[in-house]
Amino acid sequence: MTQAPPPVPSATPLLDRHEALGARLIEFAGWLMPVSYTGIIEEHRAVRSAAGLFDLSHMGELVVEGPEAGAGLAAALVSDPPSLAVGRAHYSMICAPDGGILDDLIVYRVAPERFMVVANASNAEVVSDALVERLAGRSAVLDDRSLATGLVAIQGPRAGAILQPLTDVDLGTIRYYGIAEGHVAGIPASIARTGYTGEDGFELFVDVDRTGDAWDAVLAAGRPEGLVPVGLGARDTLRLEAGMPLYGNELDRHTNPYEAGLGRVVKLEKEGDFVGRSALEKVAHDGPSRRLVGLVMRGRGIARHGHPVLDAGGRTGEITSGTMSPTLGEAIAMGYVAPADAEPATMLDVEIREARVPAEVVSLPFYRRPA
Amino acid sequence: MVPGDLRYTKDHEWIRVEGDEALVGITQYAADQLGDIVFVELPDVGRALDAHGTFGVVESVKAVSDLYAPVGGEVVATNDALTGKPELVNDDPYGEGWIMRVRLADAAQADGLLDADAYEQLIAGG
Repeated sequence: MTQAPPPVPSATPLLDRHEALGARLIEFAGWLMPVSYTGIIEEHRAVRSAAGLFDLSHMGELVVEGPEAGAGLAAALVSDPPSLAVGRAHYSMICAPDGGILDDLIVYRVAPERFMVVANASNAEVVSDALVERLAGRSAVLDDRSLATGLVAIQGPRAGAILQPLTDVDLGTIRYYGIAEGHVAGIPASIARTGYTGEDGFELFVDVDRTGDAWDAVLAAGRPEGLVPVGLGARDTLRLEAGMPLYGNELDRHTNPYEAGLGRVVKLEKEGDFVGRSALEKVAHDGPSRRLVGLVMRGRGIARHGHPVLDAGGRTGEITSGTMSPTLGEAIAMGYVAPADAEPATMLDVEIREARVPAEVVSLPFYRRPA
Repeated sequence: MVPGDLRYTKDHEWIRVEGDEALVGITQYAADQLGDIVFVELPDVGRALDAHGTFGVVESVKAVSDLYAPVGGEVVATNDALTGKPELVNDDPYGEGWIMRVRLADAAQADGLLDADAYEQLIAGG
């Protein structure tokens, strides 16, 4: 019997542009993606000081449409999509009946009876399958638009100034977590004021065939203002500084929203049942058995995913993400600890190879953009 | 072209022999592969080294890499400048980015390592 050849990773519409820019490419969730162009630290700093341009075309866009689209999503997700006004979005999660997280999502209400659910690339198929199952019997249709949609994000303090001359939408009218329909460089686009960096910015959803044109237009307009292309490496350091969770690290099938400090996303007060309700009500009532915290290393060493966290009595948890923060100049991390160890200013140890390195619990986020 | 007066290992360390001591670091190729280096775990002065054994760690933003001793001996000095400026390894890996100075147990061990041509061939092969 012959073995099937390993699957070839998919290319986003921008792959040849990444190659032309000299990007270092990696395989991520079945896609060939840029991890960096000029260097992670340089790209990270550009986003904090000017702006960065991200190819996010690998992500999943699932459109749910129909008279029961809102009600169907309310029963499928932990949040309450019918409470969204048209042109508004919120952060959400889709959980299993036991309360474990299948994915974290952003849900956009683009029309009274049309919602766009944006899923992580690594979970797009799982989310699509789960939604199809959960919407069965509802007057609502799921249309997986992932392969038909390109997504480019511009993030940073100069994002608005760079984008405004290219678009017919007055960006000042889009509030944070808002979405508007318009054009970018003449290309029809949904423009969302959402992001994963802790900076102001816009995510541009376009027809997949226009992704290259949108990228080229924004990059050309932005270069003189300091805009640079930014890869997944800096995307990770930026979101970690902003205290944002990453599915696969802070969130997974065996984690519930309350452990991750995301209980506010679960709308127990909404009407009707939803998948995971009884399990999540129990956690909300009893309190989670572990808590996600931010940590700053107070000795020499960088905490990394998997490193044990210790208190005076022994092991209390483990690190989920860690890096050297380019903005703070300190090693930062997130990890799960026992609730008794979760108060800011608690001193713990992280086991890094043979050493125990002191770390201090801090409130998240590590970085907040200037007002 | 890598410096002609150094010897190299398959793990991309370099060694510059100076009598019965030697300077050790990692190559530009290794530094480029790692990306921005943000942390170097240096061995303690006085530590005994086995040839090919690990003696420390170099960390980039995303990854942790072991460092392997090109030869056996004893650590007599480490580049403490790397504590505050780990990026020296990226910017000047054969000069200011040196990692440790060792007293060689056996100077002949260095002769068995790759010369510049052999190392160039190794990295050209990908």
